Amino acid sequence: MSPAPSVASKLYADDVSLLMVLVDTNPFFWGTAAANSSSLSFSSFLSHVLAFLNSIHLVNQLNHVVVIATGFNSCQCVYDSSETTNRISDDGLPAVYLKLLHNLEEFVNNDEKMCKNDFQTGLTSSLLSGSLSMALCYIQRVFRSGPLHPQPRILCIQGSPDGPEQYVAIMNSIFSAQRSMVPIDSCVIGAQHSAFLQQASYITGGVYLKPQHLDGLFQYLSMVLSFNDMTLILHEMQAFLFLCLAVWALTSTCSQMQTVFATDLHSRSVLQLPKPVGVDFRASCFCHKNTIDMGYICSVCLSIFCEHHKKCSTCGSVFGQPQADASKADRKRKAPGSPRHPRA
Amino acid sequence: MNNSKGKRSNGDEHEDEDDEEEDEANGGGLEAWERAYADERSWESLQEDESGLLRPIDNKATYHAQYRRRIRSTPSTARIQKGLIRYLYIVVDLSRAASEMDFKPSRMAVVAKNVEAFIREFFDQNPLSQLGLVFVKDGVAQCLTELGGSPDSHIKALMGKLECSGEASLQNALELVYGYLKQVPSYGHREVLILYSALSTCDPGDIMETIQQCKKSKIRCSVVGLSAEIFICKHLCQETGGLYSIALDESHLKELLLEHAPPPPAIAEFAIASLIKMGFPQRAAEGVVSICSCHKEPKVGGGYTCPRCKARVCELPTECCVCGLTLVSSPHLARSYHHLFPITLFSEVSPSYSSKQQQRIPKNCFGCQQSLLNPGNKPGLFVACPKCSQFFCLDCDIYIHESLHNCPGCESLRHSKPVIDAEE
Repeated sequence: MSPAPSVASKLYADDVSLLMVLVDTNPFFWGTAAANSSSLSFSSFLSHVLAFLNSIHLVNQLNHVVVIATGFNSCQCVYDSSETTNRISDDGLPAVYLKLLHNLEEFVNNDEKMCKNDFQTGLTSSLLSGSLSMALCYIQRVFRSGPLHPQPRILCIQGSPDGPEQYVAIMNSIFSAQRSMVPIDSCVIGAQHSAFLQQASYITGGVYLKPQHLDGLFQYLSMVLSFNDMTLILHEMQAFLFLCLAVWALTSTCSQMQTVFATDLHSRSVLQLPKPVGVDFRASCFCHKNTIDMGYICSVCLSIFCEHHKKCSTCGSVFGQPQADASKADRKRKAPGSPRHPRA
Repeated sequence: MNNSKGKRSNGDEHEDEDDEEEDEANGGGLEAWERAYADERSWESLQEDESGLLRPIDNKATYHAQYRRRIRSTPSTARIQKGLIRYLYIVVDLSRAASEMDFKPSRMAVVAKNVEAFIREFFDQNPLSQLGLVFVKDGVAQCLTELGGSPDSHIKALMGKLECSGEASLQNALELVYGYLKQVPSYGHREVLILYSALSTCDPGDIMETIQQCKKSKIRCSVVGLSAEIFICKHLCQETGGLYSIALDESHLKELLLEHAPPPPAIAEFAIASLIKMGFPQRAAEGVVSICSCHKEPKVGGGYTCPRCKARVCELPTECCVCGLTLVSSPHLARSYHHLFPITLFSEVSPSYSSKQQQRIPKNCFGCQQSLLNPGNKPGLFVACPKCSQFFCLDCDIYIHESLHNCPGCESLRHSKPVIDAEE
């Protein structure tokens, strides 16, 4: 049960990763996905995720994976590879994944139960801020475990739309991740781009990817990977593993995330990763939730408004006339006082 | 059984040592033999356990208590208005006194190192603020960098000009800074932070007048002294509402400096609240060639386009050099929002309470999933969030309040109400 001594005794090379996978289990998203025949169903999505987790262990046995489920009403850690032993059960599935699936099922059922109380709210976002915060707390624990620890990163697999009410919390998590140099990768499987995850990946230096076709994704692989660079620079063994992985991914119906997101942080420098298509840095005003490219900011609390107000609705400060003040300052500037260096 | 227990405690010992090493490394970044031993009484941090082995005192609880005291001492009134837009000049005294060797290797080097750390921390906590550097030497004040928002340019300028000579002049420094700060917009908080090594000031006129002038134009002056308390500095800080402190040693100096990094509470008469017009430029597409208006050079890719005049600037936040619009990105604003929406203080759960209602207490910390039980399977000290009533370990408590500014428990629940219902 206590993984600490074994963790301390392991000698980590720079390519051992701690991967926090945040899986979106929002019933509203998967419900609409099931209704739409062209998109991925939850079960095939899960099989992709399991294959992905396998490939992480294949790349390096010491890799440490934690799966956190992001639900509609709650979040929970459903799998921790350091806590389970890798035994093969009778069904052929490794015991670890049985545990994962069991936990996940339990979690989804609980999530659903909580949902029944207040169904009428029109929200369909999942609680990304909660699972991000949990992941960051877990990463801090790994940082505390000693000077030798695996390189942490976070992968958000998100389908549901952004929840505007989580904006501040998600931004706080992003800045905390940035401060502790934890990249946040995002794989958006929903219909539209996620502005939150775009910003998260941009600010923390992670990869943002929105696959176009969810089943035929392996096609992207050839574009994403440049093998020539890799074999030159990577150790032979590791390159071989990647090659195996890539070939295996090409032959099976695995998604592109295998190769983009399975690579450790050091190998990323030699890979051609998907380039950000552009990040939406525009703000939305607090009064009408419009996205604006020019607006007014309260000087006290930095709330954003799209038009001039007399009083700030967030902090209650009463505004003076900005134009008048500026002209006064200008006048002062034009009449300089006494010489600045009397001694010089 | 006994044996395995012993092993386990050994393992923990290693962990504790690692933690300590990490802490110390963070503090000084020095090897053990490079550190000064005068203040360090390493033998006091050892204790004997039941079997007579020496092991480090478990100082987690005391460390946590210190942290809680610190967090409580800061005013907890939630809706306090902070001066989030600051215009700060750092005045560094490079007079002869700065070459004194009482700080190793010299006061000047120590000050420069700490100012660098301060500048980074300042921009991290005050993303929309601006900062400038002023040197005082040979009795005159020189402006090293004008007010600006890029930490790297300040640090580069600072490191390039480290020589000390002559006398310090408080009045000249104040006059120079006053000249610059009276131009800043009225919504900004004007501040001066003086790092003063000298024990005297060599002034051309009446410094009292200068102090009154600063007071009148609402410039908050703070001084961190490196030698001894001086009346004129104390008077200056009292008059203008700043802080005066004297550093005892290097770590204390760092602590005192970093106290100035978080935004000070806004004082109504110091800065007039107003709405500032700002632009949120879009990031230009990769691979587009354009001439940037700040460096007047053609650049490929990156960059931001001013929404009003369509000029291209290289980095944010800045002021558009063509139309003068303040340009920021929304993450810059969001970086300050945790000052406005602070999270509630977690309440401590004592072991006695937990033993009474053990069935309700989960085994693991909600944040990091670490076991909340001590090595001996005794319930340890931990905390609970009063809103979502989830339990956290002490390390997570510190991380959540100091860096994350989110409660993972509250964020993982759609509404806080169902929890209270479930409790009842």
